Amino acid sequence: MDITILIYQAILVVFIFSVSLFVAMYSTYAERKVAAFMQDRIGPDRAGPFGILQPLADGVKMFMKEEFIPNPSDKFLFVVGPCVAMFTACISSAVIPWGDSLSINGHILSLQVADINIGILYVFGVVSMGVYGIMIGGWASNNKYSMIGAIRASSQLISYEISMGLALIPIVMMSGSISLKTIVEQQQGIHWNVFVQPLSFLIFLICAFAETNRTPFDLPECETELIGGFHTEYSSMKLGFYLFAEYINMFVSSAVMAALYFGGYNFPFIHSLGLSHNAVTLLGVGFFFAKIFAFIFFFMWVRWTIPRFRYDQLMKLGWKILIPLAILNILITGALMMIKAS
Amino acid sequence: MATANPIDYLPIIIQFIVAIGFVIFGMIGSHLLGPKKHSKVKDDSFECGIEAQGNARLPFNVKYFLTAILFVLFDVEVIFMYPWAVNFRDNLGNGTWFWEMILFVVFLMLGFLYIIKKGALDWD
Repeated sequence: MDITILIYQAILVVFIFSVSLFVAMYSTYAERKVAAFMQDRIGPDRAGPFGILQPLADGVKMFMKEEFIPNPSDKFLFVVGPCVAMFTACISSAVIPWGDSLSINGHILSLQVADINIGILYVFGVVSMGVYGIMIGGWASNNKYSMIGAIRASSQLISYEISMGLALIPIVMMSGSISLKTIVEQQQGIHWNVFVQPLSFLIFLICAFAETNRTPFDLPECETELIGGFHTEYSSMKLGFYLFAEYINMFVSSAVMAALYFGGYNFPFIHSLGLSHNAVTLLGVGFFFAKIFAFIFFFMWVRWTIPRFRYDQLMKLGWKILIPLAILNILITGALMMIKAS
Repeated sequence: MATANPIDYLPIIIQFIVAIGFVIFGMIGSHLLGPKKHSKVKDDSFECGIEAQGNARLPFNVKYFLTAILFVLFDVEVIFMYPWAVNFRDNLGNGTWFWEMILFVVFLMLGFLYIIKKGALDWD
């Protein structure tokens, strides 16, 4: 690997990093606007036209607020918690293929930070590290609400991780690879996995809601019982990191779902338009982001529609319904593939 | 399938560095910018507006612990399925390939039924 490729990759990393921060920032704005729309309100409208500068104002406010570390807490771990949460959220986007490749001056530039062959396992690994951020933060706070929130969160995250892993196995069986790039390439045009594996998609979608702590699975931070859950004691940028990490996770899981089940950067009639390779790639990136935004909107729509689960219902859904369903799906897929082959 | 090459992981290291840089920048930046005023009452942990009673690190429900143990068990099983799934398409002609997984799943489900019968997943 020569130095120009390395520089290109560094630029790509910084660019994608900025895009994911930007999308996460404007997700907070979009969430409030969507909430306002659903509740027949106006929503933020003071900072700039239509309140478009609201996320910036929020960011500056978070930065300028007083940093507060309670006395009974474990001070080192109290700082480490939000750092881990933010760090894991930021690195999970590395394996997502944002587009095909661009060819500039004879160089083929891939629009994916790292095409590693363990692809989806990397995402799972990073996502499961996110539980440390919440657990460390909640435990270090030494506050009863934080502690209960953290235990609930860890228990919920690890429970849904199993069904998430199982839900994906039919996709892996069909594509014979766990590299995200290969899985996306196999969904040319409109041959999207969601049409072949709707059950797998449904299970994965439910698990994605649970893994990002979104309503109806926001028990770790349910304000009516636990004040703020694991981040009750946090203020300033540390609180900002926790909230921001949630929005980045939402963005990344939307991207993963769009890539795995909705064809990623593929769109119908991709090769009959007669456009150049670069134009098709850019159009594909546009389509990919449109799919991602559709998912983010869906996350918000659900949040303002469905009430929160009770804890025993949450555990029952995760263990007694989703896991058997996912295993059944694996067996059915295997049997159908065997019948088709013979 | 592409062969693994350690150099493929270099961009991930770059992303790690960028992410760590951002986190440290955010932490130090907000630490320097915000006001700092301390008092004894303010530095106490927030509970109900009255003085906090006792330590928060109390024993908690054993169900959470059981869930964690079961998670370790089941997650290992899930990881066992991945190598099988990746190679499944290339071994469709091989009849035993599928039945071996059925056997594995049957054993897994026997264990699953056992923990359900034992009530390890009941939260009432």
